[in-house]
Amino acid sequence: MPMKRVFASLVALSAFILPAAADDQVSHFTLQNGMDVVVIEDHRAPVVVHMVWYRAGSADEKPGVSGVAHFLEHLLFKATENMESGELSATVARNGGRDNAFTSYDYTAYYQRVAADRLELMIRMESDRMVNLKLAEDEIATERDVIIEERNQRTENNPAALFREQKNAALYLNHRYGVPVIGWRHEMEGLTRQAALDYYKQFYAPNNAILVVAGDADPQEVLALAETYYGVLEPNPALEARNRPSEPRQMAERRMIFRDARVAQPYVSRSYIAPERDPGDQKKAAALVMLAELLGGGQTSWLTEKLQFETQKAVYTGAFYDGLSLDDTSFSLVVVPAEGVSLQDAEDAMDAAVKSFLEAGIDTEQLDRIKFQLRAAQVYVRDDVEKLANRYGEALASGLTIEDVQAWPDILQAVTEDEILAVAHEVLVRDHAVTGWLMSEDSGEIN
Amino acid sequence: MLQVVLAVTAAFAFALPARANVDIQEITSPGGIDAWLVEEHSIPFVALELRFKGGASLDAPGKRGATSLMVNLLEEGAGDLDARAFARATESLAASFSFRANDDSVSVSAKFLSENRGQAVALLRDALVNPRFDADAIERVRAQVISGIRSDLKDPDSIAGTKFAAMLFGDHPYGSNEDGTENSVSALARDDLVAAHQAVLTRDRLFVSAVGDITADDLGRLLDSLLADLPETGAPQPSDVTPEFAGGVHVIDFDTPQSVVLFGQPGIGLDHPDFFAVYVLDTILGGSGLESRLMREVREKRGLTYGVYTYTVDKDHADYWMGSVASANDRVAETIDVIRAEWQKLRDTGITQEELEDAKTYLTGAYPLRFDGNGPIANITVNMQVSDMGIDYVATRNDRLNAVTLDDVNRVARELLDPDRLTFVVVGRPQGLSN
Repeated sequence: MPMKRVFASLVALSAFILPAAADDQVSHFTLQNGMDVVVIEDHRAPVVVHMVWYRAGSADEKPGVSGVAHFLEHLLFKATENMESGELSATVARNGGRDNAFTSYDYTAYYQRVAADRLELMIRMESDRMVNLKLAEDEIATERDVIIEERNQRTENNPAALFREQKNAALYLNHRYGVPVIGWRHEMEGLTRQAALDYYKQFYAPNNAILVVAGDADPQEVLALAETYYGVLEPNPALEARNRPSEPRQMAERRMIFRDARVAQPYVSRSYIAPERDPGDQKKAAALVMLAELLGGGQTSWLTEKLQFETQKAVYTGAFYDGLSLDDTSFSLVVVPAEGVSLQDAEDAMDAAVKSFLEAGIDTEQLDRIKFQLRAAQVYVRDDVEKLANRYGEALASGLTIEDVQAWPDILQAVTEDEILAVAHEVLVRDHAVTGWLMSEDSGEIN
Repeated sequence: MLQVVLAVTAAFAFALPARANVDIQEITSPGGIDAWLVEEHSIPFVALELRFKGGASLDAPGKRGATSLMVNLLEEGAGDLDARAFARATESLAASFSFRANDDSVSVSAKFLSENRGQAVALLRDALVNPRFDADAIERVRAQVISGIRSDLKDPDSIAGTKFAAMLFGDHPYGSNEDGTENSVSALARDDLVAAHQAVLTRDRLFVSAVGDITADDLGRLLDSLLADLPETGAPQPSDVTPEFAGGVHVIDFDTPQSVVLFGQPGIGLDHPDFFAVYVLDTILGGSGLESRLMREVREKRGLTYGVYTYTVDKDHADYWMGSVASANDRVAETIDVIRAEWQKLRDTGITQEELEDAKTYLTGAYPLRFDGNGPIANITVNMQVSDMGIDYVATRNDRLNAVTLDDVNRVARELLDPDRLTFVVVGRPQGLSN
């Protein structure tokens, strides 16, 4: 059935009006001891998400104990001065909630999702384990086995994960982002109670933490509870600025081949060192977000157009950039070749497409579509308060401010075509990049 | 409006919210399409969920993978728009459409803004009613599907799942991967996709739910414009099947450091009077994360795994009980011993009153927390319809859970837990295990 009206209507797309930024209903406080408090209100359901983010992740570890940040995250579910081992999670479950925690390069976070009237109980337990962890020796060995099985599951059993790990190590010449969050296996095997304790004593303190409460909560009531439980904790005066080893000037292209018999579908992937979102300075990162979308963000992107539609060299293409990072982040391209296309051909086609993209300039209509989708995302995200909570927690733990988070949608909308091309020329330089081929062991291809 | 009404019970040390009470309207469009609606006007978008019952199990004989490939092609060109034009149109509206086929249904999940709802629905209508199945799109998507099938053949989780399904269900559609095999997908022609479309996306097997910024009248008109032109009837549903649990351990050799394990035994479905007793039993056994018996014994006490889980499986044509775990090759034999021992112990000695109360407060307290957004509510309410739960289920579900007694749970433990038929599939290089 003819549907001409659909196509005709597209001309009018730029006329759609959406709010430039969603009303986040965000309040922000800082306690006397330096702990940040963020409250995001959504009163549609009597549910609350309670999170504590520490400005400490795997990239803050000392050399030789990789994985200790994540190991400690596991151990925080064990006994404290006031709770038995496992009591916190059991209490959350008995209250119909769920809880978990996660560790990244720049942060470690703990959260519970419960009925709104259980917030105080969560705050009481979370504030307890911020300072009162006991770390019984008999639980260390068993939990170390658990994290090694976690590494087995996530990484050792997955050739693509091993490949990413090796590639990341080659990308960063000096920064700890080159070391996996879960840890190198040989170092994980030697993790001790003392190593975990050292990390805990250094980084777990109110002046290194961000409380995020999202959902059916009143900001003043949250502030009062935060003062009662978190506000009484002593700050750590020895906490230092997060000046971690940084990247030197990168001068040589790196190339690697990773072979594994378990690889069924080879692919080529390249990562470039790229600037991150910095406080008060997010324009370049915003341009990189647009660049990733234009180059490889979906069905209408340049790589897809060139490698999947105009030619059938690839079964999948993509470009990725995440600007939320304390230090230099990466911009990545991936091409999964079609059957009969070698990795060299796939890489050549990728390079040719990037080159033609830079020569052709920006497709204004496509940029408008991307910007409209980003504005719409501000509407959709209001349906997911946990996502908003993560957004604020991650940003603050990555060195940004509330103001940076709230300015970000407008900065994205203001990105110009010239800015995108300029950042592309600056970042897409192979001397600052590692190119990796993931391939099966029996593949004859060498180059 | 989206309201979750809380009634607080004083029976436990921690009083718990007892019931979720979402205001679901049952509507029928002018053209006769039934739907459930929850109006929520505070955010200007709608989440719409469609289910076509039958899904990939309706593949014609010899055409395994046809439904899946057909569903993957719905957004690859429709009406006057080829694949690229369709993608541009969808992006221009900031709408999102997702189409998935599984054993029991085809799922369509859509989100669209209030300000361009009419245009988004017109696009979605074309995808559902007028997909083009252009030759170049078929070849492009076929290559992607085959790439995925090849990857599955070298992925230990997929290998285990495929083996288990084949053991349980043999020639029934549940016994093979819904994406098909490289051979079956390579042989599919455009006519097969057209036939699958006519067989699967029909009104006699359709369930609809919508949540968000739309009135009942507007939703009725929307559904007629979206769905009225679909065929009335399609292929007959497959027959019921009894899964075959042979017991024992079945090892598939695969060179990888950690063995991946699936295990299972017969179970019962939602419509069985003992369902809630079994649900409580499963929660205590392996369904409740860190709090379950298996997690405590296998992970917390022995460090044998990162995670061990059990879950009841309620398919349209078979009911059973499954679990999963992964342990290093030199430790997986011990893991399986511990799981077997827990199975036997639970059957022989049952659960305690305290375990029962903890499981109930967990399950009843967690239930209202699920209703926390338009998308999740649309998903829950459409699945309620598919499972024939009745519109009062949201209000009565926790009462039914609370009515479960210690005797109920321990009786079903004795009657249902079956260590002899508990069957393990292990993919890896396990030490000290053989078929």
